[in-house]
Amino acid sequence: MAWVDTVLQGLMLGGLYALFATGLSLIFGVMRVVNLAHGDLSILAAFVAVVVVETLGLNPLLALLLVVPLMAALGFVLQVVILNRLLGRGILPPILVTFGFSIIIQNALLETFSADSRRLNPGGIETASLSLGSGLAVGWFPFITLAAAVLILVGLQLVISRTSVGRAFRATSDDHETAELMGIDNRRLYGLAMALSLGIVAVAGVFLGIRTTFAFSSGPDRLLFAFEAVIIGGLGSLWGTLVGGAVLGIAQTVGAKLSPGWGILTGHLVFLAVLLLRPQGLFTRGRRIS
Amino acid sequence: MSLLRVRSLSAFYGSFQALFDVSLEADEGETVAVIGANGAGKSTVLRAIAGALPVTPAAVEFDGRRVGGGPAHELVARGIVMVPEGRRIFPSLSVEENLRVGAYRGRPGPWSLARVYDLFPVLAARRGQPGTNLSGGEQQMLAIGRGLMANPRVLLVDEISLGLAPLVVRALYQVLRAVTREGTTAILVDQDVSEIMQLAQRVYCLRKGAVSLEGRPADLTRHRIAAAYFGV
Repeated sequence: MAWVDTVLQGLMLGGLYALFATGLSLIFGVMRVVNLAHGDLSILAAFVAVVVVETLGLNPLLALLLVVPLMAALGFVLQVVILNRLLGRGILPPILVTFGFSIIIQNALLETFSADSRRLNPGGIETASLSLGSGLAVGWFPFITLAAAVLILVGLQLVISRTSVGRAFRATSDDHETAELMGIDNRRLYGLAMALSLGIVAVAGVFLGIRTTFAFSSGPDRLLFAFEAVIIGGLGSLWGTLVGGAVLGIAQTVGAKLSPGWGILTGHLVFLAVLLLRPQGLFTRGRRIS
Repeated sequence: MSLLRVRSLSAFYGSFQALFDVSLEADEGETVAVIGANGAGKSTVLRAIAGALPVTPAAVEFDGRRVGGGPAHELVARGIVMVPEGRRIFPSLSVEENLRVGAYRGRPGPWSLARVYDLFPVLAARRGQPGTNLSGGEQQMLAIGRGLMANPRVLLVDEISLGLAPLVVRALYQVLRAVTREGTTAILVDQDVSEIMQLAQRVYCLRKGAVSLEGRPADLTRHRIAAAYFGV
């Protein structure tokens, strides 16, 4: 039973990783750009939540109603004002510029909030648990995290497969020149994609801040786990991202159960094993990424 | 009055000049053919009209406005719609989704999914399949249908016959004839002269990036066309 419990905990941690990974995966899918500031932007969202909670006295989960639109707006502006200027100049400029964002965000957070670790307090729900019978119990909060991840992924999948904007995302991803000739404004569309991505990562950042402590320098680790979840699941597949997050989360909790120091390492080893044995990821649409 | 006027258009790819002072016009409802050998600059003219090339605003005048240089997506909203060379079907979209992308800007007009399926019943039968599963001729139908979904005021069709069997090409031109009869202005580019000359009311021949001949098909002899086409 203890092992079932461990796997369950890992699965729910995986929900959080999937949330981090989804935004990264979306941006790569639509624009073929890797956003190296993705993790730092999630930590920025957590700090924005700290400010909202402290000034308005809101529960952090309610603060999401403000943090998500704020981060989405920031994403749109960043894309339209800065990142769109890098289009068509090869793969390196977006990597350098988002790496620069990452450094700027970390230092701005350090200046503004000092190096102290913070935590978001949702008022008791983080320690409440839900009994599943036969000695099994899961925390309400990890359960909510996983449920939120699944809901967001289902919602995003519906947007991408059913709506006009979603079709435009896929068309632009296939062939952005022809998409433009069909009346799609790629630059605005990229702005929307970045807004969606940062809206989702804002949820991830706030959930992270409720689950554990965070500081100005917590971003790069988040980026690493997000990358691992995306690669394990397979690029370009949203369900793969969910499974990738779950595999990574389960690997980490099982590793930590074996020995407290092995959690992160086990996650990395599973990631490397997938990279060696099935480099295209567990789920792929079979489409080559050129 | 002409709906579309191209004036002294010059276009460059880097330092290579592809077009030299090309001028042409199309009246509302007219079908215009641009012919010429491979590399003569026909597709470049269409891309410039569609806003996909950086040309001066005055080089392209549409409905009394200077629209040269695009952006392409805004010209689609005004009604300049391109069926690109090589069809360029979106591979991860189904047939129906490809058509719906054509209607992305929501321009009002006579064309709808149902009407495009009436025009090309084979597309209706395969609406759920990936667009790139279709044969070459069917993909060309899909590309034309996708363009019509945008409800064009002027439809630019680039190399419709590329890589297709003569019978298929003839059928596609029959469809274009039906479409242009309803009043849609069209500019057709092709290397294959035979079909296009029967459809067009006005012909321009390009050679080495410049207009070498223009006129009404009835006024032009085969000999003059061959001379303008090949430069002999």
